Amino acid sequence: MSDYRIKGETGEWEVVIGLEVHAQVTSNAKLFSGAATAFGAEPNTQVSLVDAAMPGMLPVPNRECIRQAVRTGMAIEAQINKWSRFDRKNYFYADLPQGYQISQLYHPLVGEGSLHIEADEKAGIAADKVIGIERIHVEQDAGKLMHDQHPTMSYVDLNRSGVALMEIVSKPDMRSPAEAGAYVRKLRSILRYVGSCDGNMEEGSMRADVNVSVRKPGDPFGTRTETKNVNSVRFVMQTIEYEAKRQVELLESGGTVDQETRLFNPDTGTTRTMRSKEDAHDYRYFPDPDLLPLELDDAFLAECRESLPELPDAKRARYEAAGISAYNAGVLTAEVESARWFDALLETGAEPKAAANWVTSELFGALNRLGKDIADCPVTPAQAGELLGLVADGTISGSIAKQVFEIMLETGDGAAAIVEREGLKQTSDTGAIEAVIAEVLAKNPGQLEQYRGGKEALFGFFVGQTMKAMQGKANPQVVNELLKKALG
Amino acid sequence: MTDLTNLTVAQIRDGHRAGDFSAVEVAEAFSANVAGAKALNAFIVETPDHALAAAKAADADRAAGTLKPLSGVPIGMKDLFCTNGVQTTAASHMLEGFVPRYESTVSQKLWDAGAGMLGKLNLDQFAMGSSNETSYFGNVISPWKRNDGGPNLKERAALAPGGSSGGSSAAIAARLCPAATGTDTGGSIRQPAAFTGISGIKPTYGRCSRWGIVAFASSLDQAGPMARTVQDCAILLENMAGFDPKDATSLDMAVPNWEAALSSDLAGKTVGIPREYRLKGIDPDIDAMWDAGIAMLKDAGAEVVEISLPHTKYALPAYYIIAPAEASSNLARYDGVRYGLRDLPQGAGLQDMYAATRADGFGPEVKRRIMIGTYVLSAGFYDAYYTQAQKVRTLISRDFTAAFGTCDVILAPTAPSAAFGLGEKTSDPLAMYLNDVFAVPASLAGLPAMSVPAALNREGLPLGLQIIGKAFDEQGVLNAGLAIEERAGFTARAEKWW
Amino acid sequence: MTIDQATVRKIASLARIAISDAEADGLAGELNNILGWVEQLGEVDVSGVEPMTAVIPNQLRLRDDVIDADPLTGGNRRDDILANAPEPQHGFFGVPKVIE
Repeated sequence: MSDYRIKGETGEWEVVIGLEVHAQVTSNAKLFSGAATAFGAEPNTQVSLVDAAMPGMLPVPNRECIRQAVRTGMAIEAQINKWSRFDRKNYFYADLPQGYQISQLYHPLVGEGSLHIEADEKAGIAADKVIGIERIHVEQDAGKLMHDQHPTMSYVDLNRSGVALMEIVSKPDMRSPAEAGAYVRKLRSILRYVGSCDGNMEEGSMRADVNVSVRKPGDPFGTRTETKNVNSVRFVMQTIEYEAKRQVELLESGGTVDQETRLFNPDTGTTRTMRSKEDAHDYRYFPDPDLLPLELDDAFLAECRESLPELPDAKRARYEAAGISAYNAGVLTAEVESARWFDALLETGAEPKAAANWVTSELFGALNRLGKDIADCPVTPAQAGELLGLVADGTISGSIAKQVFEIMLETGDGAAAIVEREGLKQTSDTGAIEAVIAEVLAKNPGQLEQYRGGKEALFGFFVGQTMKAMQGKANPQVVNELLKKALG
Repeated sequence: MTDLTNLTVAQIRDGHRAGDFSAVEVAEAFSANVAGAKALNAFIVETPDHALAAAKAADADRAAGTLKPLSGVPIGMKDLFCTNGVQTTAASHMLEGFVPRYESTVSQKLWDAGAGMLGKLNLDQFAMGSSNETSYFGNVISPWKRNDGGPNLKERAALAPGGSSGGSSAAIAARLCPAATGTDTGGSIRQPAAFTGISGIKPTYGRCSRWGIVAFASSLDQAGPMARTVQDCAILLENMAGFDPKDATSLDMAVPNWEAALSSDLAGKTVGIPREYRLKGIDPDIDAMWDAGIAMLKDAGAEVVEISLPHTKYALPAYYIIAPAEASSNLARYDGVRYGLRDLPQGAGLQDMYAATRADGFGPEVKRRIMIGTYVLSAGFYDAYYTQAQKVRTLISRDFTAAFGTCDVILAPTAPSAAFGLGEKTSDPLAMYLNDVFAVPASLAGLPAMSVPAALNREGLPLGLQIIGKAFDEQGVLNAGLAIEERAGFTARAEKWW
Repeated sequence: MTIDQATVRKIASLARIAISDAEADGLAGELNNILGWVEQLGEVDVSGVEPMTAVIPNQLRLRDDVIDADPLTGGNRRDDILANAPEPQHGFFGVPKVIE
């Protein structure tokens, strides 16, 4: 149980959150036409006669959109409905050319599933939690209205009209902004693993309708508001914080919450009533007579299942089983690109734990510094594997490895070649090391006396001096052994 | 030389092929008839140039030896089919001036087969009506007149050509075109054919692509041909039907060679006579024609059995829920934003613009049906009306399946009356709806059905017999139609007064 | 079920059709007449009957995910899309200003 509470004048309130996430399905063409879906095209260029709802135009569903929604459903372990239907949701708006949206109300493609969010003390999520998912259905996106181009007119661009969306409807299972944030992040991660949505919230590929209500703990659900089209994790959390507070204040001052549609203002972090769709509550859903029921056969479903990649939860478990810390496993699996990069590194034979440590500290640190994504990482997993291999077989030490890595980033050269060229090979030559140790002991008689007098902590000092004298190239294990002998 | 406009499609095709006349002569003859028949108001737009260009191409193809199935045949196009570069209105003010930049699949197939277009034919607005009186461009007047009036034909009562394909039926009956396209949602091909003494077939749902046809009720709409003979219907249908990947409900089946397989020998066939279609108090001429039709089919070798379609009486009420529900949604796209009429009162916002545009752009019957459809789909009524109607539709479909266990085709009247006078039923929408009582059941079940002229009634007006077939069995329907056509010897035509 | 003027107004509003009082009056009568008649459907025993979904047995076909494979259902035809627009504006459709 989350103990996120709003402290009101009459006591503590619990917030109840459900999210309807609209995720743009990754496909070349639209859900019911052959027009392109790419972002950022000239207005009304990616519009077919079908998308503009010219008289006599008919929809024919895009197989890939159905496939991606099914794969997404499988990824959240949901029931896949082999028989589903498209329904029309009827309302009038300038961005909705048909006067109805083709959606799925009565028989959605995907039924109940679930999604796990992990405990996160820092964020205030005390324990792992399972968030129920009610359904996923496929529907058309609307066009776009622009209000600031003309003093008395709004402009309609239908490029988005008809693009396939998955609406992923959660159960009202979340109880804090942090849980909702974790849910959206996790959902986004899964969608990107599956490849069914690019998860790009800035371009509107993913946006959430946020349903919020408040109640006294133990009471039945209160009346909810729905804040539309919230397009970042941070805004989702802000919406919940604002709405929960607003509703508590409203209720405590004797008012009631209206079941209404609201809009979030990112500039102020507040929400307000949406004026334009107030009277559109009677959507007159009915099965789209232009489309037959959607029936999926076993071969189609089998292909969907076989094409699913390893998903974050499974990958994380596998990493932990390989000895990687829970924290690192979480970091490595959060983004599909990092996980894929890391898996490629493991395939080179790198030792999982050392590799995980190196990626999360050295590699991510370097990328951060360079302002780069893992996708355009200057070092390939194979090159990194070579570097880690040199450390593992004792050719170079960990500190030399850092030096080599820097050179790799600058030059793009291979680790072994750099070690060879720069003479960074670690030595285990006992004669050479013994000579250096003798020198070090001779130069530091004071410390030697103190050590022999019982101050054993100075052992590290002698290791450091020896390594320094050997420019880091001595095998630390051999140094340790020989020093112990010499210090007697 | 014979009057080319008296020729059937088959005669034009064959005569042109044989070199008896040129396609240009044919096109010019029909275009002249069209131009001379303004009084019928059958056309919204006349396109003699289109017909002439196709005719010239046909003559060139003949010279080159590359004739197509419909080379030299000019036809009329119901103004519900979108035609590239030619105004398409669905007989509404809403789409007045709308010029599509695309061609419907069915019309494209006809042009590809060599046909030419004489013009866009008038119809009931958005195909909603049974008398052609709901057109924004004025009603079509049937060429037929009752024989009970004075000597002056022109002054006798104007009759309805049927609807919604009333422009098509009137134009063919008046020899303005040898054939035309129609669409049938609840009888819109068959009833006007019956009213004007011509033939028309609605094929199995899905045979003809709906792509590019202004939608009325998607689960019912089917295009089909109207012509003077059964053979002509077969020829036209062969060139209209066919799989279209752009229509998700299109049938992915080969188009049979219906014309070649025409046969009026019904030996071994069984004809079902539905008991429930014997309505009390119906015009005795209708029953007499029906009985004559039964005799004709027996004469053609068929066995006749009585069958039962128990849910017949519920077909019309179910239709008047399902069709308006679909229409209310299909017609939502006419909003004044992207094409068609925009009515923007001073200072109006978007929603006011919608309301004003739709009030102005739709006629009373269209509004009535949108209102009914909106109501039956609205919150709290959906199950009681729409779901119930779709369940009844299942039962109606099952009735036919059961009946076809004992017969091959069904014979019934096409309409419960001959053509009525313009204005006679306009004050009572329900009375108008009831005229489709025999046509609607086959529509609800998606079955092929045709009307062939069988007799004249006491007033000298044509009556049609309807043949309903099994799904995909257009051939059985056409063959039975041919057997009636041969025996009925229907040669009557409207005396020219226009 | 009787449809009064207020119901007629509500339906007309849902359908976005402006109507006058006189029209609302007339429509109330007509709709009552028609809906009263269709209510006979309630007599039919439909227990165990599924609503009609596909009138002729047929499978919903799916299209391949290919852009502009057929120009008739593809994009890149802005001129055609805007050709009949009542208020084309710099490649957009213009509508009266909307306040969201």
